Amino acid sequence: MANIDLVNVEKKFGDVFAVKPLNLSIKEGEFIVFLGPSGCGKTTTLRMISGLEAVTDGNILLNQRDVTWLHPSERDIAFVFQFFALYSHMSARENIAFPLQAAQTPRDEVKQRVAQVAKMLRIDHLLDRKPGALSGGDQQRIALARALVRRPAAFLMDEPLGALDAEYRESMRAEIKRLHLDIGATTVYVTHDQVEAMAMSDRIVIMSAAVVQQVGTPTEVYNNPANLFVARFIGSPGMNLLKGTYQAGAIHLPGDNRYPVSPAWQRTLDHHLPGNGAVIVGFRPEAVQLNPEGELNASVYADDLHGGYSMLHLELTKGEVIHARAGREVHMNIGAPARFEIVPERVRFFHPETELAIPLPEGSATR
Amino acid sequence: MSDVRLEGIYKRFGDNIALENVDLNLKDQEFFVLLGPTGAGKTTALRVIAGLEKQDRGHVYLDGETVDSVQPADRDVAFVFQQYSLYPSMSVYDNLAFPLRSPLRQTPEDEIKRRVTGAAEILRITHLLERKTARLSGGEMQRVSIGRAIVREPRIFLMDEPLSNLDAKLRESLRVELKHIQKTQGSTTLFVTHDQIEALTVADRIAVLQDGRIVQVGTPHDIYDRPANTFVAQLVGTPRINLVSAARTDGGLRVVGSDMTLPAPLTSNGKMPEKVMIGVRPEDIRPGSGEHRGQLALVEPLGVETILHIKTGEVTLVSVVAGVPFYRLGDPIAFALATERLHYFDNDGKRV
Amino acid sequence: MTAVPSNPNAVPTPGAPNVNVNFSTRVDKVSRGARWTRNVRAVIIIIIALIMLIPTVWMAMTAFKSRPDAVAVPPKVFFEPSLEGFVSLLTNRRQLTATEIAEYQARTDLAWADQIALVRGQTIIGPSDFPRQLLNSLIIAGVSTIFSVGFGVLAAYAFSRFPVPGKDDLLFFILSQRMLPPVVVTIPIFLMYRQVGLYDTHFGMILLYTAFNLSFSVWLLKGFIDEIPREYEEAAMVDGYTRLQAFRKIVLPQATTGIAATTVFTLIFSWNEYAFALMLTSDVARTAPPSIPLVLGTGGIEWAAIAAGSLAFLIPVVIVTFLLRKHLLRGVTFGAIRKG
Repeated sequence: MANIDLVNVEKKFGDVFAVKPLNLSIKEGEFIVFLGPSGCGKTTTLRMISGLEAVTDGNILLNQRDVTWLHPSERDIAFVFQFFALYSHMSARENIAFPLQAAQTPRDEVKQRVAQVAKMLRIDHLLDRKPGALSGGDQQRIALARALVRRPAAFLMDEPLGALDAEYRESMRAEIKRLHLDIGATTVYVTHDQVEAMAMSDRIVIMSAAVVQQVGTPTEVYNNPANLFVARFIGSPGMNLLKGTYQAGAIHLPGDNRYPVSPAWQRTLDHHLPGNGAVIVGFRPEAVQLNPEGELNASVYADDLHGGYSMLHLELTKGEVIHARAGREVHMNIGAPARFEIVPERVRFFHPETELAIPLPEGSATR
Repeated sequence: MSDVRLEGIYKRFGDNIALENVDLNLKDQEFFVLLGPTGAGKTTALRVIAGLEKQDRGHVYLDGETVDSVQPADRDVAFVFQQYSLYPSMSVYDNLAFPLRSPLRQTPEDEIKRRVTGAAEILRITHLLERKTARLSGGEMQRVSIGRAIVREPRIFLMDEPLSNLDAKLRESLRVELKHIQKTQGSTTLFVTHDQIEALTVADRIAVLQDGRIVQVGTPHDIYDRPANTFVAQLVGTPRINLVSAARTDGGLRVVGSDMTLPAPLTSNGKMPEKVMIGVRPEDIRPGSGEHRGQLALVEPLGVETILHIKTGEVTLVSVVAGVPFYRLGDPIAFALATERLHYFDNDGKRV
Repeated sequence: MTAVPSNPNAVPTPGAPNVNVNFSTRVDKVSRGARWTRNVRAVIIIIIALIMLIPTVWMAMTAFKSRPDAVAVPPKVFFEPSLEGFVSLLTNRRQLTATEIAEYQARTDLAWADQIALVRGQTIIGPSDFPRQLLNSLIIAGVSTIFSVGFGVLAAYAFSRFPVPGKDDLLFFILSQRMLPPVVVTIPIFLMYRQVGLYDTHFGMILLYTAFNLSFSVWLLKGFIDEIPREYEEAAMVDGYTRLQAFRKIVLPQATTGIAATTVFTLIFSWNEYAFALMLTSDVARTAPPSIPLVLGTGGIEWAAIAAGSLAFLIPVVIVTFLLRKHLLRGVTFGAIRKG
């Protein structure tokens, strides 16, 4: 159990930043997820915490102890890799026992701890098999067991579900989360899949192009994204973002649409927007409500079935398509007109140049 | 554009039967998806149509004519691979032009230019035409791959999991684009994937492959609402469908490992089956009120919806509800099932 | 973030480097201690490399020494360079009589080579066989390498892509041929060649070297070709190219590293080959390896000449390897989808 502090941690390659100075306090027992697209710096950050990558500046503290220059093996952390990194010539049991043997733990203790961990991960019947013959999900369980058996201060996981088939990912995700609830160990988890991040984390650190975009709980980053990147990245599909012009209490949107703004928001917008009134309006697909008497109109561009629900793609004007979530029984013809409303509490506004979210008016419901 | 037909295709590699008795019928301009887990034989089917593999038995028809003995080059099909399909030492323009420069086609240069710039515009890669392919991102590379197929204006597009190696976000956006391009160009497309969301969203029709055999063909709605067996039921839908065993008792079917009793289906001959597998989709479990009781084992908030793992007896059911409900871990929970939407399967897994 | 309070129980920070770490490396590789170790290791490796080079350097020096210098004890590191060795190697001479020596010494129009020969009381009567033998080596090794690699790459491609019946057995058979010491079959081949009239012919030697190198070449090239994804040529075939065209335009350019490596290895083998060259050639097709040791002069072993011959023999291979170095060293990057 440990808290981890990152103080001005940065990583440069020549003059290029792989990770810009980052400050973060990870609490004891927290499940924190670093989320972002390929190349954003999340894996590099994880590797710096582990020691597999040296920082170019800054400090890493584990339980207030400066570990920035300690060898990975001296940091009391366990690393779980995307491609399992299991020793194929050893049985599952030997793989799991390996780190304990490296620490010269007495034989009986090794046996007991391996059995305990195998039971927890439900792989006790596989202990004598070689990993190569097992499914991806089982292999990852063995890798997890190997990390667990060490009882480290923190777990570091680098996209552990990335190499698994879709059918295993869902169940393994729930298993890892359940494991975390049972053991309560500090876990730092890296992924590019925002569904994983949302489902598992206590807090998400969203990164893009070496910079942290936002740190918050899943609900926070979902409902109040700090900037356009987060708004687009979280949610599947991301937030609908429309460019508009704010004028006289309403926003002119593409397709000849006029969206009236509540008085509370009007004051905030007057304060934050640039002189020309340019603004970006954001709302999630589920905030769109089809209503024949709705204020806004568009025509149907496409609709697809997503299983339990349908996704309607509505075209306000050529090139401006928004996504609306509807029940699975909804089916509309391409080209049909569609009138809709946006749930007022779910609307967000962004500054068109800085791309930052415009802060919510005082006292408004922050759903 | 044309229609494609596979008849009784059988192909084995050593001890492994990749395709067994596969029949497929694609209509002109259809976006047809072959869905199945890795190793199900989907790529083999595609390669047989392209002529890159020769089937052991059965026939391939393009536009009504057998092409069994026709070379890949002469079949007029375009293939988009999952990876490694761009020639690394050439620019994007040359990659796109390559198929047209083949000795078979001998297209004049101005025609090549027209087609290449046209395809580049559709795929929004005009700004990349002069770049070397080694300097492209994953998404850009796949766009160029698709562009290479488009310039050919072939009879049919064969796509082998083209989006599988891309990040989740990129997959989402490229998927919508692909569907749009297919609809506007009207190109017959056979698309192979293991990702069921991809299949449901882009397909006009889906064929599900299990261990080399086709187990169901239908529209996305058919596959989702009336899965032919447990395999198909579990393959499509996130979160996955809940499958429980149940045995006949008085008044219905009793779920093994819990004290839930569910209504039985009406089989055609009026008899209630002895043992069944019952499938319930997560969105058909409605927590809050109802006749069943359980305990909340896990909460996964996804923003737009929340996944609840409800434990009742030995059985854990996964439910999905919109928004963020007000439950805590360990809370007792009452829930109801949409009984009209239950799926019943016999012991072999087939739909009842 | 507020400053973290210092913990009295904290373990003292291990030494942070005073150098900029702006490259990818593990933490422990950055410390002062690690750098020192790295430098020491580098120095040791350089010393060992220099030691390894000494025999070759010595041989090169000897090629330019005069006869007495070449055999001097203790060995001479600094000496007056002389081309005696080369003259001995490349020319045939005859002993001059005493009167002729006096006569020659009076002349002023002697070529430099004749002057060197005169020092030992000889005059040049013509070129030796060595230049011709060196040329034979070039021809025989060069052509047989081209054949081995040429046929080899085609065979390797077939083994890599096609379901050849009994492929595994054939490949092992090919590999096992490498285990055969060539010397063992020299007599049978000698007899066969004599029968067929291939003894002491260029064609015979080329044929033999090609046959022996083909196995190694196929085995090595198959490994490289296996690394080239099939999708490349399949994409070309679907796009309208025949397999052969796809092979030429797509696979070969990707295989240059493998072809370069194989060329160097097969060339070295053919170039240095001794046993067959000795047994199966005598005059017309004789190559350099068997003849260098035979460069014996009258009155003692001509070490300078032998060194000169070895040096001359060394140079072509060094040149070829140097020309191909970029291909040998270049990492192969396949244009593909990058993951993260």
